[in-house]
Amino acid sequence: MTASLENTEATMSEEQTDAEKGIISIQDFSFFYNKTAQALFDINLEIPANQITSFIGPSGCGKSTLLRSINRMNDLIHDVRHEGDIQITGNSIFHRLIDVISLRKRVGMVFQKSNPFPKSIYENVIFGLRVAGIRDRKVLDETVERSLRSAALWTEVKDRLHASALGLSGGQMQRLCIARAIASKPQIILMDEPCSALDPVATGKIEELTRELKKEYTIIIVTHSMQQASRISDRTAFFYLGKVVEYDDTQTIFSNPANSQTEDYITGRFG
Amino acid sequence: MLQRQAAAGEPLVWLSSMGLATGIAMVIFLLGLILVNGISVFWPKRVVQLQVSEDGSERQLIGEIVKKQKQATSGDQEWQLYTANRDAFGHSFVYVPEAAIGEQSQPLDILKIERLEFGSVFGRALRIEQADAEPISLVGEADDPQLQEFVDEATALRAEVTEIEKSEIGRVNNRIERLKRKPANSAITAELASLTGEYEALAQKARKLRDLATQTHLIYEISDGRERSVAIGHIVSFYRPNAMGLSARCGRFLHNAKVFLLDAPREANTEGGVFPAIFGTVIMTIFMSLAVTPFGVITAIYLHEYARTGPLLTSVRIAVNNLAGVPSIVFGVFGLGFFVYFVGGGIDRLFFADTLPTPTFGTGGILWASLTLSLLTVPVVIVAAEEALSAVPRGTREAALACGASKWQTIQRVILPASLPGILTGMILAMARGAGEVAPLMLVGVVKLAPSLAINSSYPFVHLDQKFMHLGFHIYDLGFQSPDSEAALPMVFATTLLLIVVVVVLNLAGILVRDRLRRKYAGSTF
Repeated sequence: MTASLENTEATMSEEQTDAEKGIISIQDFSFFYNKTAQALFDINLEIPANQITSFIGPSGCGKSTLLRSINRMNDLIHDVRHEGDIQITGNSIFHRLIDVISLRKRVGMVFQKSNPFPKSIYENVIFGLRVAGIRDRKVLDETVERSLRSAALWTEVKDRLHASALGLSGGQMQRLCIARAIASKPQIILMDEPCSALDPVATGKIEELTRELKKEYTIIIVTHSMQQASRISDRTAFFYLGKVVEYDDTQTIFSNPANSQTEDYITGRFG
Repeated sequence: MLQRQAAAGEPLVWLSSMGLATGIAMVIFLLGLILVNGISVFWPKRVVQLQVSEDGSERQLIGEIVKKQKQATSGDQEWQLYTANRDAFGHSFVYVPEAAIGEQSQPLDILKIERLEFGSVFGRALRIEQADAEPISLVGEADDPQLQEFVDEATALRAEVTEIEKSEIGRVNNRIERLKRKPANSAITAELASLTGEYEALAQKARKLRDLATQTHLIYEISDGRERSVAIGHIVSFYRPNAMGLSARCGRFLHNAKVFLLDAPREANTEGGVFPAIFGTVIMTIFMSLAVTPFGVITAIYLHEYARTGPLLTSVRIAVNNLAGVPSIVFGVFGLGFFVYFVGGGIDRLFFADTLPTPTFGTGGILWASLTLSLLTVPVVIVAAEEALSAVPRGTREAALACGASKWQTIQRVILPASLPGILTGMILAMARGAGEVAPLMLVGVVKLAPSLAINSSYPFVHLDQKFMHLGFHIYDLGFQSPDSEAALPMVFATTLLLIVVVVVLNLAGILVRDRLRRKYAGSTF
């Protein structure tokens, strides 16, 4: 771990008392694909700890791009660049001393399509620990139980931990992916439309789970479903054409939006 | 008025299906031809006795009918007869005009004797002549067990001689070789002397046993009435082709097939088995796969995961693909120049300087042949492995990276296992290409007859520097290089069939492994 991250741990309690400045602070952040095509324009967001923040907006408005910038998943794409800064507990994630691997350990991610590895359920959950070189059987066993319990999957799979993860149902797979994301005890969990491929029952389970998880984790969720955003999130950001149009408490956004575009979108007049 | 019109492109569909059908028909015909000809080699044919009257003279012929055909110039029907007895007639085949053939019969008392030298014999057994006892006359089938006893005894003696020559003398020779490499001193000289003595004693013993096996002779009568003799020790086996029932024929068929598969060749490879060639082919193919797969996969990983897209990468890819189109003999020449002369010569100068100018690694061998073939087949593996790597879904990579895995950990723990079936497909294709390749091998280590196998019981067990036999080369050698290619023709078919079977078996093994892996990753919802 790099010096700046250890620093982070020490200052965490301090940061949490300072509710106004969020755990994630996005400052004048712009993002460009192919060097020129701008996808995000001067985003400024303060995302509070231990709350669920949802990003809503029509397709192609940049919400996923922003989400994937927070754990630097966009590094994988060639010819991209950014301006501005994203800070987690006051430290820039783009700082040259930041190790992207430890960043991703602190910022877990759940994807739109559930993507378990073709391994056993057990191995899926502890993948993050395995790559971190943890071999202690006891730690691994405990992590598996804790993570699967947190992901509300334990009772369903505890008798077949060593069976292939690919034999699970769609909803179970997505919860397994959540268990995998929380196994390495991140601070933040990013969810990129986690329910878009699931049926309503599975969606309900994931939403319930998300509400449970916010006690321990800061959650950012990208969603296309306005109902979902209003059901589970504490704060909501409405994105349009690469800009944050409105960012407020979910209740305010849905009952009394300040911006007419927001109102049009959430009432279904466009998007 | 409505007219029915052919849908656009329908003739092309017909054309392509006709092309496919033609291709399949040709492949089936070829395989059928090889199968029938290859398998019938082992089936004991009936032997006919013919009375032939030609130009006023009568003669008797005994032999197997090979084929009946029209003569090229006159258009008359003629028979080709396999008369064997090459030592007596000077040839083993004879053409007889059908018009000249009189009486035909299949006498029960004709014996087919397979000898160590000069091919087979068709004749009637008369008596056994011993050096120090009265001759035993043989009358009919009832006396066969008696003859069999003699033959068994001689076969046992021969086995003993082989054992002495191959393993005991071989071991002594091996030790002498190793001692000669060490710097000379009195102890070594003394040991050398004792070993040389041991060698002499063994050679003496072998010679004595060999004489013992050839003291007794079988006297037989051939078709023209002449009496000939063969040392009992030179008889491999004998049987009465016309007196055998179906079960005896089947037994003989299986016996012949077993000999073909498990024995070493005799008589310029036209007789006996092809076991060393099977072994050489399989071992070389395995060595080649072991060399080519890691090499190709590492290259593919670099090209696909690390290299930046650009003109350089594009040209490397084009070069790799073109490599697959280079004629194989060119690889043979490269292998000879690079592996054998440069690398092998270098190894010899460094480690085996004391045996120079006799080369150890600086001459063709199974290692250099395998490496040459792996160069030939590496494009196949690279292309297949790259395909397999790009087939791993993006979601899987992202999931691994999002869990905090480094790039190499992602490749090693997630991408490689998931693309293993595809990589194995590449290996199977490489094996299929490499196992049947002959031309480059002729330059880098294949020989007509290798004295011992590349993996055997003498130290250090795996002899990578050794020359080896190969089924593909064996076919070429039998069909085009043997003194009597007509006699070798059945063996060519049998060997061709075997080569196809070996390639198929190697492929099936690879496919089984791949399917097992694929089942492990089955049910994937990516």
